Amino acid sequence: MALLSVRNVAKSFGKTQVLRDISLEVAEGEFLTILGESGSGKTTLLRIVAGFEQATSGELWMDGERLDALPPYKRRVNTVFQHYALFPHMTIEANVGYGLHIAGVPKAETTTRVEEALAMIKMTAHAKKKPSKISGGQQQRVALARALVNRPKLLLLDEPLSALDANLRRQMQIELKALQREVGIAFVFITHDQEEAMVMSDRIALLRGGNLEQIAAPREIYNRPATAYVAQFIGHTNLLRGRVEKGIAHCGSMSWPVSLADGPCAFSVRPENIRVATSPANGAVGFEGKLLNQAFHGATELLRVETSDKSVFSVRVAGMGTQGLANTLKLEFSPQDAIPVRDAEAT
Amino acid sequence: MFSRAYKAAVSLPPLIWVTLFLLVPYLLMFCYSFWTVAGGNVVHQWNLSNYGDLITKDVYRATLFRSMRIAARVTIFALLLGYPLAYFLSFYAGARKNLFYQLVIIPLWVSYLVRAYAWKTILGTDGVLNTLLQFLHITQHPVDSLLYSPFAVVLTLTHIYTPFVVLPIYAALEHIPRTLVEASNDLGASPAQTFWRVIFPLSVPGMVAGATFAFVLSLGDFLAPQLLGGPSGIMISNIVVSLFGAAFNWPLGAAISFCILVLVVSLLALTERLEKKWSYS
Repeated sequence: MALLSVRNVAKSFGKTQVLRDISLEVAEGEFLTILGESGSGKTTLLRIVAGFEQATSGELWMDGERLDALPPYKRRVNTVFQHYALFPHMTIEANVGYGLHIAGVPKAETTTRVEEALAMIKMTAHAKKKPSKISGGQQQRVALARALVNRPKLLLLDEPLSALDANLRRQMQIELKALQREVGIAFVFITHDQEEAMVMSDRIALLRGGNLEQIAAPREIYNRPATAYVAQFIGHTNLLRGRVEKGIAHCGSMSWPVSLADGPCAFSVRPENIRVATSPANGAVGFEGKLLNQAFHGATELLRVETSDKSVFSVRVAGMGTQGLANTLKLEFSPQDAIPVRDAEAT
Repeated sequence: MFSRAYKAAVSLPPLIWVTLFLLVPYLLMFCYSFWTVAGGNVVHQWNLSNYGDLITKDVYRATLFRSMRIAARVTIFALLLGYPLAYFLSFYAGARKNLFYQLVIIPLWVSYLVRAYAWKTILGTDGVLNTLLQFLHITQHPVDSLLYSPFAVVLTLTHIYTPFVVLPIYAALEHIPRTLVEASNDLGASPAQTFWRVIFPLSVPGMVAGATFAFVLSLGDFLAPQLLGGPSGIMISNIVVSLFGAAFNWPLGAAISFCILVLVVSLLALTERLEKKWSYS
């Protein structure tokens, strides 16, 4: 059974609708990432689950209980805030022990659990310091410990890594994921960084303008994007728009057989699924283009190729042996790599 | 970056100003406090008799202590009134925050004298309050002790100095990130627990600043006691005023002023240290 279930949640601030009909479930011990650009409503959704905002309509259920009727301090949900929100007048120790103290946990037990939590984040030496005396990365870990020490059923994390520099950020992604496995608490993690979402999550829920575009495991969302937006937001892609007529997709000069109904269509073809044509492969969709530029990325190279109808394709090829490419390239992809996607812009 | 000549040129005017209008008068006052008056003339003879008078004569000590008691009461009442007001302004006023803020400020634009006289018309024998009390048959005769008493002074000074308490507390509360309140709620603390464990401790520097304003300003006040205090509501500044005026004993007046100055400056030094100690920006 799902731990948290969000049912048809909508939220408006005045006349602005921020969330529209969001339904999703979080399983026990799952790492779910809510991914979206700024303004997509991801933070609002998190704040509704935490209890800082009330949904305009819809319901929240946790463990068979209505969650949205409870004030935030009665929910077994804890939050790691974007800017940590450590209490500046308390020591690190007092910050971590705050929740236990409020809950009336006996002193001896509080002390032990705080010590354990500080040991877990390797901050024992800093226990008596004030938050302003430790670094951003350390504050981030303290915020995490302060939430986890209460053993919540669900931990909400609001872009907790966004304030860290790139190296520390990558390190924290791995640590955080490992920690989540270890404690087995369900995490709902918010980010606008699709790479971070891919690295850490069991599943990704992609929000756009208050709508849930797709919720799926990282591999599935990458390989089977539901919409053109998802395909473009998660990694690079080439979007082909055209029409299906009698089981044949026509996009520009290309065509291949599909099992779709007639009408407008859009396909996502990942750059790495396009290759330089060597010999005429059986059933592959081929096209010709002019090489615009060639960017070296180490293991791979990214080519930009312009076809005769002025559309530009990104093509990812292996990093070696591609020197001295001809000005005009013959390229191809397999029809099964052209993933049909829903496209808001298509008419 | 700037030449020495330039630096000297820009820092000289304020330095001259401070020397001429602050340091020299204080120094002069300090000198006066060691002189005496004989036959209506100031005798420039160094001695400690003024300070001796301050210690031995009860009237000065008693008045100073009364002034401090009145100032302390004003401070406490202003805090009790001002804190909830500042709290409401900062956390609950919402869209009308600016309007309420202006309402706190506006009384400061009204002349001090007008506000003091207003209390006179309210508290007087035929005043608004006595008329109301009799109309409601709570009292049969006008209550005389309302006006010309330490009570009237405390009431008036509280009214006048409460905005000075509200503003620094309001500023301190505004500086508390609202995510701290949310974090506290999130960790299981009820609104009351959150107030006492997070909001209140973080507003202490603002309270100290406000309390210092109220105490120092009321301690030095002489208009309210003069207009509304009566004989029992005399404060130390009234004595200084009369010593520099009718009594023509500048040396003794200077000695009292110097004592008040030392008192106030030490208080300011102390509260500044406290504010620093309790602020966490």
